[in-house]
Amino acid sequence: MAKKKNKSNVKNHVLIPKHEKLSEKEKKTMLEKYNVSLKELPKITKEDPAIESLNVKEGDIIKITRKSETAGKAVFYRGVISE
Amino acid sequence: MAKNYRKYKNKLPESIMDEIKEKTEGMSDTRVNKVLKEAFNEYRKMRVNSGESVGLVGAESIGEPGTQMTLNTFHFAGVAEMNITVGLPRIIEILDARKTIKTPMMEIFLKKPWSTGKNIKQLALSIKESRLKDILVDITVSIVDSKIELKLDDEKMKEIGIINSKVVSALKKQFKKASIKKKDDIIMIKHKGKEDSMEDVYKIKEKIKDVYIQGIKGITQVLPVKRNNEFIIISAGSNLKKILKLKEVDGTRTTTNDIYETAGVLGVEAARQVIINEVNKVIEAQGLNVDMRHVMLVADTMCFSGEVNGITRYGIVSEKASVLARASFETPIKHIINASLAGEVDQLNSVVENVMLNQPVPVGTGLPGLITKVK
Repeated sequence: MAKKKNKSNVKNHVLIPKHEKLSEKEKKTMLEKYNVSLKELPKITKEDPAIESLNVKEGDIIKITRKSETAGKAVFYRGVISE
Repeated sequence: MAKNYRKYKNKLPESIMDEIKEKTEGMSDTRVNKVLKEAFNEYRKMRVNSGESVGLVGAESIGEPGTQMTLNTFHFAGVAEMNITVGLPRIIEILDARKTIKTPMMEIFLKKPWSTGKNIKQLALSIKESRLKDILVDITVSIVDSKIELKLDDEKMKEIGIINSKVVSALKKQFKKASIKKKDDIIMIKHKGKEDSMEDVYKIKEKIKDVYIQGIKGITQVLPVKRNNEFIIISAGSNLKKILKLKEVDGTRTTTNDIYETAGVLGVEAARQVIINEVNKVIEAQGLNVDMRHVMLVADTMCFSGEVNGITRYGIVSEKASVLARASFETPIKHIINASLAGEVDQLNSVVENVMLNQPVPVGTGLPGLITKVK
């Protein structure tokens, strides 16, 4: 119980922006839109606490919607790597 | 009306859209359209040109105010005996991504009944790491039968909310071989070793002083303060993982200034945010003015690889693809020797290596060569 509680705590932390896993289709359109390859994206480790509950594997893309002081909302992408 | 806004939704950032929406309320459609069009044109003009060397501009923009910062490592915070690293040393500490920082601190937010100030002092003290020496009045060693006698400070024990029997059980846990007896307010410890040499007894006496009683390890000082109509606890020393598990703590807002700890407990994105917050805090405290975007760029670069890398030769510089670029930073000979042993190839894709070879650099107007083939 205590463990479970802690998990949800971490996920709702103010410092953690929204993390979402992209589907294969979204992944393709995203890579085409920005004309980049998966390798060129910023990275996030598979073990990262913020994506623990998303059930990700290597090669997935995480869409991060940050609250930005300058732009209001900023979208950022990270490719999942294993350590 | 709403159609107008929707047309520009993906073209303008949200903060600008919100501002326009607020200020054009009640205006006619054509006017709103005109405002949006004008705003979009302005926005496009203000954007950074492609090929602009943003990193260089950022380095200058953070570096110049850096020369005006205090060089003092410590600064007296006033309220309690709490020091915080400020100024240039703190900036260096953050940007180098030091694993152990000089003054780790936490801001602990509390849940409802405690945030209004209920038992705040008691709660704060129960979080603080207490060792036996903190509640000790007297410790004596009787030479005759090599016994150690402890006398505890009742008032201090009351303050941190601990009772005699708890101390005894803590002692029992630590010294399984010794017999521990309680007599009135004196605790007697007799060590059952092979020999009762005086040296051993004195060693145990020192050990006893350091016995952990209660609290969270790493928290050396606590200070309850009122901020925006609620009570929070500021602590010296940091242990985010354990603090978040406490039931009194609001785990969604509690933060630490230790970047590595944040990365470990909350992930890279949170670490990135902490880097930005901490750098901004220092800049603001010094009364300087640096555009946030420069700091954000630095933080993004530091967190690019999925973990926190400092701007050092072990951090982001070691991840550069080019040998010459790495060699140009620090310890050139080491890099060149290693590269030649491994048979590395330099693609000359970046700036520094092209400067070395007297070639146009791929920055600004030198960049199009990468997109269109130059004959």
